[in-house]
Amino acid sequence: MLKIDNLHATVADRPILTGLTLAVGAGEVHAIMGPNGAGKSTLAYTLGGRPGYEVTGGSVTFEGQDLLALEPHERAAAGLFLGFQYPVEIPGVSNVQFLREALNAQRKARGEEPLSGGEFLKLAREKAALLRMDMDMLKRPVNVGFSGGEKKRAEMVQMGILDPAFAVLDETDSGLDIDALRIVGEGINAIMRQPGKGVLLITHYQRLLDYVQPDRVHILAKGRIVKSGGPELARELEREGYESAVAA
Amino acid sequence: MTLAALPTTREEDWRYADPAELARLEPAALDGWKEVALPSGEVRCKELMLGEGQGGVHRVRLTVGEGARAELFAVLSADEYTRLEVEVTLAEGAHFELGGVTIGGGDAVREIVTRVTHAAPNATSNQVVRSVHWDTATGNFLGRLMVARDAQKTDAAQSFKGLLLTRGASANAKPELEIFADDVKCAHGAAIGQIDQAAAFYMAARGLPPELARKLLVQAFVADAFVAHREPEALLDAALGALGDAA
Repeated sequence: MLKIDNLHATVADRPILTGLTLAVGAGEVHAIMGPNGAGKSTLAYTLGGRPGYEVTGGSVTFEGQDLLALEPHERAAAGLFLGFQYPVEIPGVSNVQFLREALNAQRKARGEEPLSGGEFLKLAREKAALLRMDMDMLKRPVNVGFSGGEKKRAEMVQMGILDPAFAVLDETDSGLDIDALRIVGEGINAIMRQPGKGVLLITHYQRLLDYVQPDRVHILAKGRIVKSGGPELARELEREGYESAVAA
Repeated sequence: MTLAALPTTREEDWRYADPAELARLEPAALDGWKEVALPSGEVRCKELMLGEGQGGVHRVRLTVGEGARAELFAVLSADEYTRLEVEVTLAEGAHFELGGVTIGGGDAVREIVTRVTHAAPNATSNQVVRSVHWDTATGNFLGRLMVARDAQKTDAAQSFKGLLLTRGASANAKPELEIFADDVKCAHGAAIGQIDQAAAFYMAARGLPPELARKLLVQAFVADAFVAHREPEALLDAALGALGDAA
């Protein structure tokens, strides 16, 4: 469903991704692990189309389309969700308004009817409950005054509401306490563990993978996938660290 | 009072005005002060939508009686030179609230000029002005605050923020405080910036097309000016309506 082939990308003229190849099939969860500076966040932002992340070679195909030819908002409407490592605060715009506008913009782009206010609130209430988030928080401005953990949970509520076909989750587990980690992990499973959907989980730690079992684990180092394996690879990394795995 | 000559940009109160437009002004336009006296204890709220065809110089002189509360909310969005000038004198315990927005493109100057006098003790005032401009348009806020010698316990606040959507647009802020009392609170702040690119990408990543994302961000930005208004929808519509033609 997502096919990345020999992807090269630069940030401020510095090469970060140097020939990354990866394919995630429908119904699969893949984890990407790797040391700091390996290019994990750059991969997420490049897939999302963030300005300043320039693709200098290779291709990304998403459900048969050239993902890189789409604008960021078109990628979202095509079914790609980018979970941010640092979700952005937007003072003055409530979560409810933001997400309703976003969902209806996506629906419009796909030629679907917009959801009414009532229909949207029902959906939002359901997804907030899934992540055990108080509905009152969704009436507040986007991420403003949220703790690190609340921001990550709010990201997953957003994902639940937007119901993407594919999610790239950039360190969604960072900043979460143990209970929140479990809730977020269960949320990811409930929303994304479905036939026809795929997930690319970017993480530093094994912990999230205890809740969201990956089908494949990849190690990213110096802008490329240097090693791939099954779930046991993540446990091996946890035990032995990146250095030996990257060197091997 | 008739002015002997038209103002020029050499005068402090007119320094950011458009000189070519000033030369075109009719002296009569400058005499047109709208005088309003608010009796003690009264509350009045006025909305001024200076949109299409409502440009030019608008002058209001407000005398606010003891314990009275005057609220003025204005949207300056005409596509020609527009100046709203407000002179306010506050009696003891009176309050003046201003929520102003200048918004628009083209090459017009839109400006809000206030002169607020706290003439007696315990009066309060709060002025919030937001400017959103693009093309080579300019938005100005010139706010003079005078606190008389015996106007103790004055509490006055002024906030100006400019949001420039394109290179070439500009905004000017000129707070002027003259304080002769010694037990007062007078806050003022000014900031000028651009659309937050991190927020814009975050919104795009959720599926909002750039023009819709910008509309939400501008809405959030100008809404500050209408916080004190109970039903700000019409004001917001007036302000955001002007955004439609932004590049």
